[in-house]
Amino acid sequence: MVNRYAPWRYILLILIIAIGAVYAAPNLYGEDPALQITHRVNLVDEGELNNIRSTLETEAIDFRSLELDGNNVLVRFDSEEAQLKAATQVREALYASDRRYSIALNLAPATPDWLTALSALPMYLGLDLRGGVHFLMEVDMESAIQKSLERAAGELRSFMREEKIRYKAVQATAKKVSIRFGTPEDRDAARLLLEEEYRDFVIADSNDDRSWFVDISFNPTALDEERRSAIEQNISTLKNRVNELGVAEPVIQRQGAERVVVQLPGVQDTVRAKEILGATATLEFRLVHGSFAEWSAAQANGKAPIGTRLYTQSDGTPVLLKRSVIVTGDQIVGAASGIDQQSGTPDVTITMNAKGADRMAKITRENIGKPMGVVFIEDKFEFRDVEGEKRRIRTTESQVINVATIRDQLSKRFHITGLDSTREARDLALLLRAGALRAPMVIVEERTVGPSLGQENIDRGFLSVVVGFVLVLVFMAVYYKLFGLVANLALSLNLVFMVAILSIFQATLTLPGIAGIVLTVGMAVDANVLIFERIREEIRLGNTPQAAIYVGYEKAFGTIADANITTFIAAIVLFGFGTGPIQGFAVTLMIGIVSSMFTAIFGTRAVINLIYGRKQVTRLAI
Amino acid sequence: MARTLFNNFDFMALRKPALVVSVVLLLISVISLATFKLNVGIDFTGGSIIEVGYQQAVELEPIRTALEADGFGDAIVQHFGSAQEVLIRLVPEAGKDKAEISSQIIGLLQAASETSIDVRRVDFVGPQVGEELTEDGGLAVLYALIAILIYVAFRFEYRFSLGAVAALVHDVIITLGIFSVLQLDFDLSVLAAILAVIGYSLNDTIVVFDRVRENFRKIRKKTSIEIVNTSINQTISRTLMTSFTTLLVLLSLFFLGGEAIHAFALALIIGVVVGTYSSIYVATTSALTLGISRSDLLLPEKEGEDLARP
Repeated sequence: MVNRYAPWRYILLILIIAIGAVYAAPNLYGEDPALQITHRVNLVDEGELNNIRSTLETEAIDFRSLELDGNNVLVRFDSEEAQLKAATQVREALYASDRRYSIALNLAPATPDWLTALSALPMYLGLDLRGGVHFLMEVDMESAIQKSLERAAGELRSFMREEKIRYKAVQATAKKVSIRFGTPEDRDAARLLLEEEYRDFVIADSNDDRSWFVDISFNPTALDEERRSAIEQNISTLKNRVNELGVAEPVIQRQGAERVVVQLPGVQDTVRAKEILGATATLEFRLVHGSFAEWSAAQANGKAPIGTRLYTQSDGTPVLLKRSVIVTGDQIVGAASGIDQQSGTPDVTITMNAKGADRMAKITRENIGKPMGVVFIEDKFEFRDVEGEKRRIRTTESQVINVATIRDQLSKRFHITGLDSTREARDLALLLRAGALRAPMVIVEERTVGPSLGQENIDRGFLSVVVGFVLVLVFMAVYYKLFGLVANLALSLNLVFMVAILSIFQATLTLPGIAGIVLTVGMAVDANVLIFERIREEIRLGNTPQAAIYVGYEKAFGTIADANITTFIAAIVLFGFGTGPIQGFAVTLMIGIVSSMFTAIFGTRAVINLIYGRKQVTRLAI
Repeated sequence: MARTLFNNFDFMALRKPALVVSVVLLLISVISLATFKLNVGIDFTGGSIIEVGYQQAVELEPIRTALEADGFGDAIVQHFGSAQEVLIRLVPEAGKDKAEISSQIIGLLQAASETSIDVRRVDFVGPQVGEELTEDGGLAVLYALIAILIYVAFRFEYRFSLGAVAALVHDVIITLGIFSVLQLDFDLSVLAAILAVIGYSLNDTIVVFDRVRENFRKIRKKTSIEIVNTSINQTISRTLMTSFTTLLVLLSLFFLGGEAIHAFALALIIGVVVGTYSSIYVATTSALTLGISRSDLLLPEKEGEDLARP
């Protein structure tokens, strides 16, 4: 009996090894500290490239390369020191003309061009290895719906005024808009008109002792649409905010119906990142009502006159503002923080869109000499036990940050003051620029890994892989002699393949992923152990060496397949039901099983055949 | 040359003592799980963990006092890894379980320290997310077991399948039991390890079963117990070899992998040891007790296509 493989099998094996080696190679090259410069609206081109080059040259900052890479400019440096210094200078230079540039610190893979041309890229390191923050944020759908209903209530009011329907009040709650009428006749007449106009809504009526209501709510399709658009708008706002923060390679992804995953690699100031992402702060401009005496009276008895609302100012004194809003935060298109020339306190310069500017112009023209209030609105959350169940309670804090007399007609651009600190002014400007969240979001999970711990995790993970691997190699060589060495070849190949496959899929390597690799190394040995034990057994039973090899591989195959398929099933289940870290582990386990089956069976057989296959053998070194 | 560890050891003679050992271990585990519960981490309960590094060794008492002064008296403060690193753990409490808390605590720690501190890790898990993880984790184990039950029943026979699942349940309960008795931290990575243990122990069991099936089909003269004994003797060196190499790697992870994968490695070490034992004594013994016999495993048609050996 001879053990030979046809030449095509060797060609195939060599081909696969070559491909594996090429795609695993990028991981050997490490990363350069880099700056990634993008513009939020325009594409960057040679103009920016030259601008940045001259800035770096004037400041005498050494850089390794400067290139246009798709939609951004990428500058590589030799040291992190140069990178940080350049970031400050480039930011200053670019911001002088346009503040919409985003300058992000980044680690760019130092892969040689010939590998990049083959789209061979290094593995993507997970946040636990490179440091960064991971947030899982949940959209407060109830308030998203309520806000939509509040908008609808506004429309309903003007519709009924136009149609001259007599109604008492319109009120929006979390589930519906209720319109109150004085008589059943008014209600029924209104209902007919409303049903005609608002076909997308569910219209029902109800009544108590004295009043008659029409209740308007979203139908299920409209409700789904509202939810979908709420989360999408929030995602786009989050993207704007992340751009403002200047983060390279952020991940902002929808997860399920109400959640968004935000991953910011390399972010150092996580406290600020958290504040900015979750912030719901926005502004409203309203006219002031009445005098100080009226405000105090309203505060004392807790009742605001009809059409007004009671607020507190930053110093704690009360103020009454008109209920109708002049403009809201969503009409703001630009905002920049600075210092007010006259008072020397921080201020924010605001630019409105056309619609907002028109309305602002009209109302300020009609109200010159009267005071106007700027309301700062922020949503806060708290978890409370309600009937034994954890519930999230939202409270909205509104504060009047500034009351000023309208001296002149305001239009597109104007300043607001009354902010406590330059930091507050800066953050408010950032939030106004990035746009408001359609509905408040709350962080339901956070995983932050500092950069120092990330590096430590890489070092330790790498060390434990190497040590574990070497221990197994030594043991195998001692116990199975020549066959052990062949198995070691297969094991090393297995490691190369795993790295190559993870790189090709651009999978994220995490700490549990490294653990998965290590475990696979331990278990990959199993296939070879099964084969070698079978061969030994066949020899004991008196088979010739060639027959022992043949039968050993043949019989072990069924067992290996069965064992690996069951483990693979377990890995699939892990992947399906697990979250982040568990999934990373499951993916490496699956890749490891496939690659170890290939290397341990096909790979070792090819080598064994090469060694023993073509000659008379009397004994095997096993 | 060809060495063997066991030639004809009567494994099945020790079946009764093994049963006693298993039952005792299971009882201890179940009782401990019921009374002391698992020391579950914030992944499942919700809460915050903050790990900070100081430039020099720090005392814990001043940190506790500083936190207490601001209403975080229930925070657990301990050294982590070295005297320069401090871990702060906050159990969820009404009104205090939100992501902003960690920012507040970092601010407090920075204020209480003369040198700047390095935030190494912040984990926050909201209460609903924790509940979901507990549920999903439990479901993952359950579904994995069901999937395995079906696959093994399909590839072998239902009694093998029950034996395999009995062994897996045995391994999972004892591993959990050890975590409960020693009150070790049970977090998401340990759950992943438990799932890996299922995969691993199953691997072992299938290899033994495979040989039992082969021998049942091949050897006619022996009793079921004798055949199982022969099969275990034939596979034992492989079982021990594989467990040993896996343990080598796991020990390297345990001692060198750092705090983050400590618990993960430990759970797997326990699982591999228990899993090796159970594939011999729990899986096969259960299948035997359920009355597995030659006739159940005969191939429908051609039998003995393997090289016939007495």
